[in-house]
Amino acid sequence: MEIYTALRQFADSWALLFMTLFFAGAVLFVFRPGAKHHAQEAALIPLKDDQDD
Amino acid sequence: MKYGKEIVLLTLAAFLALAGAALGEDTAFRSHMWVLFFSLAAFTIVLLRQVSWASVGDPASIPLRSDGTERYLDGPIRYGAIATVFWAVVGLLVGVVVALQLAFPQLNFEPFLTFGRMRPLHTSAVIFAFGGNALIATSFYVVQRTSRARLFGGDLAWFVFWGYQLFIILAATGYLLGITQSREYAEPEWYVDVWLTIVWVAYFLVFFGTILRRKEPHIYVANWFYLSFIITIAMLHIVNNLAMPVSFLGSKSYSLFAGVQDALTQWWYGHNAVGFFLTAGFLGMMYYFVPKQANRPVYSYRLSIIHFWAIIFLYIWAGPHHLHYTALPDWAQTLGMVFSIMLWMPSWGGMINGLMTLSGAWDKLRTDPIIRMMVMAVAFYGMATFEGPLMSIKAVNSLSHYTDWTIGHVHSGALGWNGLISFGAVYFLVPRLWGRERLYSIRMVSWHFWLATIGIVIYAATMWVSGIQQGLMWREYDDQGFLVYTFAETVAAMFPYYVMRAVGGGMYLLGAILMAFNVYKTIRGELREEAPMGGRAPALQPAE
Repeated sequence: MEIYTALRQFADSWALLFMTLFFAGAVLFVFRPGAKHHAQEAALIPLKDDQDD
Repeated sequence: MKYGKEIVLLTLAAFLALAGAALGEDTAFRSHMWVLFFSLAAFTIVLLRQVSWASVGDPASIPLRSDGTERYLDGPIRYGAIATVFWAVVGLLVGVVVALQLAFPQLNFEPFLTFGRMRPLHTSAVIFAFGGNALIATSFYVVQRTSRARLFGGDLAWFVFWGYQLFIILAATGYLLGITQSREYAEPEWYVDVWLTIVWVAYFLVFFGTILRRKEPHIYVANWFYLSFIITIAMLHIVNNLAMPVSFLGSKSYSLFAGVQDALTQWWYGHNAVGFFLTAGFLGMMYYFVPKQANRPVYSYRLSIIHFWAIIFLYIWAGPHHLHYTALPDWAQTLGMVFSIMLWMPSWGGMINGLMTLSGAWDKLRTDPIIRMMVMAVAFYGMATFEGPLMSIKAVNSLSHYTDWTIGHVHSGALGWNGLISFGAVYFLVPRLWGRERLYSIRMVSWHFWLATIGIVIYAATMWVSGIQQGLMWREYDDQGFLVYTFAETVAAMFPYYVMRAVGGGMYLLGAILMAFNVYKTIRGELREEAPMGGRAPALQPAE
């Protein structure tokens, strides 16, 4: 098979599936149980800088 | 402080530049090597004489560790803040000049100061010199504070700063000398590209090393954005600049790619330079400085994570929308259009996240012109990321492409979003970096805000009108099937708009000059006596 065709087929099959699943996984991970608490803590990181001001 | 090793290396490099100036294959390369030689020689002399520029202010007001050193490495950030302000004024000034050259062609002075050479000077000066310095300085500031760790690599951060300035000087003088590889936003020739690659790897090492040695368990979202910007720009820069030099002592090279592949590589680079340099990097700024200035955590941290991953997964595919109705395969054009439209959602999610950070503190808009500037920046981020997907739709693009509408769109993004958020960050940083109580003048910030905002509105509105008029004039046929207007007629019709654009840009430049003055006075430690912002609080009325 021509290399262009092979790459093209890989790109719109497995690579597309992998990226879609990775993205969906990242979004689902953000909404896992208990994530809200972690997120609220993380959001405070810039504000608890004692040395700054 | 002695700089033995640095001086030896610089002298060696200056000698090599001198050899290049003598042996170069073409005049442009030889002239460019002279520029390099004098830059390196001047820098060597500065180091030899151990020149120390003005003290960094009252040492007592700068956070110190018990052994008397600063807790964080802030020297390169101070220099970076000054470089940001300096290049902002230079880049905007060149912008006003090229705007005037379009309105009044007599202002083209051959050979060095023609529009063709000045235009890349303007784009590179504002994107890479102003924007790049703002990104490097703020990323070093943010990564240290949010990781609670000193910059990794010691003096490597200084190399990044000075190496980047050398890149800017070589790029800028190269354009004026007529050295270009004609790739949009990537005009510097192969040897300057190699130098930028070295500097960029050092930048990555400093930034990533600092994250690795962090004392804070979680990596704050701003650092994710900065890191994605650094990695993606490295990848884009290397692939887009794959080229074979004609001679290793010459200024001409040929791209590895040909035809439509070359065009697609360029716009894959070009659009992702917008996506990762001008968007991801500046979003890192937004996610740190807006919460800091508002003194409130970001509205939704989880939304910021989704914003991040959505930008990462979508942006990289949007480039082909720059090549609608060209030789690029139709499926690739449609792909670019579809992904551009999908970008609407994460962009607006991010904009809402930035704006809603102020929820419950909207009164600060009245009293704090810095937060006002940041909010206006985020609003322009929303407007530009609304307009962009709209213009990527093929039917709209057939009218808008190659017209001034595109230029108006770019400027509402660049002046509105990138410019204003960087100015906000500079106003935030300068008093803190030099240990000052506050800025020299808060009212001047307000003046800057209004000059910039009105300037952008004049600029963008003018370009909408001229762009749509241009597009309609180009496609106007008579009943015989002939074009109604010659190209020269469409150019002449643009004159009033080009003058108005120069006025809008001039106002924006004036604001930046005010900022430079304000920053200078703040560094000097002066405070302007002025009435506080927002006037008096309204007197309470007794209930009837």
